[in-house]
Amino acid sequence: MSLLSIEGLTVALPRGGDRPYALSGVSLALDANEILCVVGESGSGKSLTAGAVMGLLPEGVVAEAGRVMFEGRDLLTLPEPEMRKLRGARIGMVFQEPMTALNPLRTIGSQIGEMFRVHTSLSAGERDIRVLALLEQVRIPDPVGAARAFPHELSGGQRQRALIAMALALEPKLLICDEPTTALDVTTQAQILELIRDLQRRTGTAVLFITHDFGVVADIADRVAVMRQGVVVEQGPAGEVLNHPRHPYTRALVAAVPPLAPPPAQVLGGETVLEIAHLSKTYRKRGFLARNRRVTHAVRDVSLKLPRGGTLGIVGESGSGKSTLARCLVRLLDPEQGSIHVDGQDRLALSRGDLRRDARRIQMVFQDPFASLNPRRRVGELVAQGPMVHGTPRAEAMARAKELFELVGLDPAGLDRFPHEFSGGQRQRIGLARALAMRPEVLVADEPVSALDVSVQAQVLKLLARLRAQLGLSMVFITHDLRVAAQLCDRIAVMRDGEVVEEGVTAAIFANPQHEYTRALFAAVPGKGWTPPVAFGAEEVA
Amino acid sequence: MRVLALALRRLAASLPTLFLILIGLFLLLQLAPGDTVDALMAQMGGGDPAMAEQLRSFYGLDAPVLIQLSRYIWRLVQLDLGFSAIYGKPVASVILERLPVTLLLMGTSLSFAFAVGMALGVLAARRVNKWPDALISTLGLIFYATPSFWFGMMGIVVFAIRLSWLPSGGFEEIGAGYTGLTRVADIAWHLVLPTATLALIFLSTYLRIMRASMLEVLTLDFVRTARAKGLSQTGVLVRHVLRNALLPGLTLIGLQAGTMLGGSVVVESVFNLPGLGRLAYESVVQRDLNTLLGIVFVSALLVILVNFIIDMLYAKLDPRISAER
Amino acid sequence: MGFLRRYCRSAAAVVGLLLVLLVIGMALSAPWVFPRDPLGLAGRPLQWPGASPRFWLGTDNTGRDIAAQIFHGARVSLLIGLVATAISIGIGIVVGAVSGFYGGWVDDVLMRITEAFQTLPNFLLLLVLVAVFGSDIKTVTIAIGIVSWPPSARLTRAEFLSLRSREFVQACRVLGMRDTRIIFREILPNALPPVIVYASVIMAVAILLESSLAFLSLSDPNVPSWGNLIGAGRGTLRVQWYISAIPGVAILLTVLGVSLLGQGLNDALNPRLKGRG
Repeated sequence: MSLLSIEGLTVALPRGGDRPYALSGVSLALDANEILCVVGESGSGKSLTAGAVMGLLPEGVVAEAGRVMFEGRDLLTLPEPEMRKLRGARIGMVFQEPMTALNPLRTIGSQIGEMFRVHTSLSAGERDIRVLALLEQVRIPDPVGAARAFPHELSGGQRQRALIAMALALEPKLLICDEPTTALDVTTQAQILELIRDLQRRTGTAVLFITHDFGVVADIADRVAVMRQGVVVEQGPAGEVLNHPRHPYTRALVAAVPPLAPPPAQVLGGETVLEIAHLSKTYRKRGFLARNRRVTHAVRDVSLKLPRGGTLGIVGESGSGKSTLARCLVRLLDPEQGSIHVDGQDRLALSRGDLRRDARRIQMVFQDPFASLNPRRRVGELVAQGPMVHGTPRAEAMARAKELFELVGLDPAGLDRFPHEFSGGQRQRIGLARALAMRPEVLVADEPVSALDVSVQAQVLKLLARLRAQLGLSMVFITHDLRVAAQLCDRIAVMRDGEVVEEGVTAAIFANPQHEYTRALFAAVPGKGWTPPVAFGAEEVA
Repeated sequence: MRVLALALRRLAASLPTLFLILIGLFLLLQLAPGDTVDALMAQMGGGDPAMAEQLRSFYGLDAPVLIQLSRYIWRLVQLDLGFSAIYGKPVASVILERLPVTLLLMGTSLSFAFAVGMALGVLAARRVNKWPDALISTLGLIFYATPSFWFGMMGIVVFAIRLSWLPSGGFEEIGAGYTGLTRVADIAWHLVLPTATLALIFLSTYLRIMRASMLEVLTLDFVRTARAKGLSQTGVLVRHVLRNALLPGLTLIGLQAGTMLGGSVVVESVFNLPGLGRLAYESVVQRDLNTLLGIVFVSALLVILVNFIIDMLYAKLDPRISAER
Repeated sequence: MGFLRRYCRSAAAVVGLLLVLLVIGMALSAPWVFPRDPLGLAGRPLQWPGASPRFWLGTDNTGRDIAAQIFHGARVSLLIGLVATAISIGIGIVVGAVSGFYGGWVDDVLMRITEAFQTLPNFLLLLVLVAVFGSDIKTVTIAIGIVSWPPSARLTRAEFLSLRSREFVQACRVLGMRDTRIIFREILPNALPPVIVYASVIMAVAILLESSLAFLSLSDPNVPSWGNLIGAGRGTLRVQWYISAIPGVAILLTVLGVSLLGQGLNDALNPRLKGRG
């Protein structure tokens, strides 16, 4: 018998939702000493499945049918006091956002110790000893200091380690991990995945691991269940599902994972359209006392060139300065030193007014599809706005907006709708059309696909590749994802702590990374040993 | 060390504010019709313009405005608030006589409003959208909409006139010659109605903010973590929600300190309490601008002090504070 | 249309709307229902409500018709409330928008001034303004507007601070828009809903401030203000408590109506605000 078996679980959404059932007829089984990955895009119901097991469904959401059998008891019918004894003690849980999942006002040690307060009768001294042992077990640097620290004093990775320590405190039989590495950088993600796998092997705990990332699945799963809109469409052993996906949806998802090998490079002319030389940007924090003042070198002496028609990828983890660099290029930020030449024109020498009048040359696509469009303007107007500000008559600008809508693959009939009526991928297309309306020489794209679901991400990447060929776009492409960079970029610059540590032709860097940090980044890419069996973008979600 | 640095920083930050207030008060003095000399001349029953000129140069009123401003500020920095023609003594000592009553009234009202408001807010949030919540929220709204002076007057009608349970005004029984504990009890007796009146309005504000912030905190991720640990509903509330939810209410005390001082003007007038607020009212009626501006200055100091204490408390409760700034 | 339906879902909001409509109705109909001067002698003083069919709310201690004062008082309260709120919100939006959008030293200076105003107890400042500039109705209204702007400035500033760093604002700057256009055409429409909701709070406070001032007989004695009437009834509180009680209820209901209206607006506006985030 399985440790956990979910049988025909059906969960109803409150009335007025986009569908009547969040989950319908979900059946999953999980044995001790096994990692089951539940994969799905947003809205697939994968997190709700975890919530149903914990008995922590959001208000108004109820399980209508089915059973959740754990150690021979149906958790759905268990009274709340009984359920409370299981939570934490027999079933542990690790959440996605390690910052918000911890109480900001209490120390890490007291929050971990609370597990023992609730479920055991250990004395305060014994609890402290156990907490330290746990923190050592999750390999947190300086366990004594970490126990005394408040959540904001630790890094994201350390916080996630603390959460894992908390979940494992009472040696639960079942550990539920809800996207535990999604909020983390790749290198940290690799460490946390390794930690989870290692602890799982040692303790024999069963792990229900929820993720959207097939790379992570390839790294950690024993078995895989693929979910779509509340239904399990395919499940089986990891090797089977990853390498021989049968269901069309699974095949499409697998096809949406960009392979870690760059496609054949395009031939570029020698002309440089954008030249960045010795660019530096520092942030200064004012402080009342001298020791509180801090200077952060967000971008340090960066020199890069972009050939006309080419794409330059800027790759780095959070805090590497890649976004600051992007904002300096479009002068949303003013760098202190260096120069930025677009087609021979020094952008940093321009006055505010000149810059405004000559904004056309370099445009930007933003990361967040929800925040980057003014919610109170019709999308047609949003696209036409740029040219109109610079004197294009309204009718002409709107006609151009219509053309652009077709170009980016949207129905021009939607021009007079508002942004909230579009999906995330569609909004990114609108943002792209807005930038293209200015006919820029250089397009700066700041993580344009990182907020999107995998399948949508693949579509937008293909659109960008098509537009680049069609319009001869020159692009600076900011990303944290080496897989994405491989697909789109002719050249790559790897940034760390504001500096470019390595720069070169994509294929050359992928084949033979020189800098140790680049090598570490490659080593951390999830699922690096796995090659998706379906060609990139060959099959799409119906 | 951390708290000390924060304290110094906060005090330093309030200096420019105080400076701006001083300039504002000086400008108001300049704008007011008539000056000290006019007031003096009026008291002396008139005089010739030459004498007025003499007096003006004696008081430095013929100096350029900027010089007058710097003299004015220098005087106030030394806490010299000028002379009250009406009371015939320095403004500072007039204010000092009246200050304790107001401080007592404010202190009791604030504690009462904060404690009860918070408790009711928690209660309402725990039974959100059920009848206790509806009752508490409606009462809160009604208290909020009630003019305090009217509330006080109706309190007098019911509790002092009809039921004769409580005195209708005053700070203590004049001429009764109570001492020691009897006097304390007598004063407390007299302060029941004024305290309730002043507190009820603010109580509703605390109630509403506590309810809202409880509901807000309950949606946060760490509450889910706490429940996943196996804590009971009460355990989650006491150990994780309350302290987080308390912070906005604390901030509100600082923001409302000024409003409360303003409210005490009206309440002290209704109940004939010899406090700062009533003094302010009297000096408006008697056109004693020196005293009035003195009160405003002292009130500003009080508000800054309250905010300073609140900031320190906040830093004690929230470890993120000094790390952020 | 959807907005009206969302608004009417809450019973409290509907009550608020009805109360406000009632007060507006009283204010508009006052010259027709009570054409005579409400402050003029109307009959025997100190008649209890219902005692005489001519004065269904009774007369006060100088023989003025209380019902007439209540109707005309609605005009005064609403007018003062609306104008003072407009002044306060106007100053608040400009200060808050400039401060939040530009940040840096502009923000520092403007926020120090805001703080200075907030540090002064608003009612005391109101007393000073009245003492210096006199107490006719115009001065009182402007003074109330001036003492109550800091919170709306802070609110607008907070909205601008959060909106300024939104990517759609950055996109506008990248497109080469002028600051004034970005502030007023792009950010302000998004920042306005919470400020408009807050206007109901300011209006409630403005009405209460005026009535307090009138109660202390420091407001304009030549207008039929509810607060004046409460103050007038103070002398005979022991027996004829109704003189003070009736206008108090009028103030209570008006402020309650305005507050409920604001809350209803907030609840009706919020779903969309959540949906866009």
